[in-house]
Amino acid sequence: MKVREIQKEFSLDLAAGEKGLDRDVIGGYCGDLLSDVMANSISGNIWLTIQSHKNILAVALLREISGIILVNGHQPDDETKAKANEEGIPILLSPASAYELAGALYNAGIRKKTE
Amino acid sequence: MKVFKGDLHIHTCLSPCASLDMSPVAIVEEGLNRGLDLIAICDHNSAQNVGAVIRAGSKRGLHVLPGMEINSVEEVHTLAIFDSERQATAMQEIVYRHLEGMNSPDIFGEQVIVNEFDEVEGFNDKMLIGGTGLKLEEIVTEVHRLGGLSIASHVDRPSYSIISQLGFIPPDLDLDAVEISYRTNSIPEVKELPIIRSSDAHFHSDIGKVYTSFFIETPSVYEIRMALLGECGRRVVN
Repeated sequence: MKVREIQKEFSLDLAAGEKGLDRDVIGGYCGDLLSDVMANSISGNIWLTIQSHKNILAVALLREISGIILVNGHQPDDETKAKANEEGIPILLSPASAYELAGALYNAGIRKKTE
Repeated sequence: MKVFKGDLHIHTCLSPCASLDMSPVAIVEEGLNRGLDLIAICDHNSAQNVGAVIRAGSKRGLHVLPGMEINSVEEVHTLAIFDSERQATAMQEIVYRHLEGMNSPDIFGEQVIVNEFDEVEGFNDKMLIGGTGLKLEEIVTEVHRLGGLSIASHVDRPSYSIISQLGFIPPDLDLDAVEISYRTNSIPEVKELPIIRSSDAHFHSDIGKVYTSFFIETPSVYEIRMALLGECGRRVVN
């Protein structure tokens, strides 16, 4: 599944990083401690978090994360959006909690942790 | 110039997680017993006990700097250390404007406001343990605007540290130093910033457990900043 399809399927707003919408998504990860996400997420993951500091883009680049979903209505600031646009990493927005959205994504077939 | 042994991170009984024995006179006496020359009082999101400890210290000959340990919106703890109670109170006003919720003493502990004679003057009812709505960058900017030092707390720890929360220290963040806890004596991840050690004392027995020796003229923010930068003959000794 591509980030674009997730955006459409779950009616998520796109905050930034539009040019990365055709990245493939393989599995996902939830976490707000970036040290944990750096240690445990893997290439291709969709990442659900409430952390909106611009360091999320550096972590996403490092781990080759396909896209970031800010949950619980959190919004990225301008610096974070600028960096997402520059790097082409989509930031999607959801009013749902990480728990609810992760469940929905899992049911939609985004399950596999590794290729 | 001389060496000042400084423990720049001590909580009082105002912090809900600190012992109720952490009263001004008790802290000052223990600091002197441990051979410290200088301490900074950094309670969670509040500076309401700093004046009492400064006065208790001046009577007994211990230099006390007023500070706070501020919790950012990213849940990163940072120390803000000033010269005067007035500066610390100005920072506290900013923090209070961005701090929501009421304390639950049964869950988090009492937040006791005391005077320099260790007498209880009241209780703070804000949720001091919580995160503020202030971004880390905003905190550093405001602390500097008010003339203080901005130091990332216990960066070696797995919670509430800039490295645990943000993965790494944003290179453009204008910190004066990072603090490491008693649990370690180095932090290989940090290459570009000065490092201090302090006790983060919540209990009597923690005071001065680790400290930083500053070779400076007087125990002021200006002198400490020069020591951190290694300027004008000032330096951090250990």
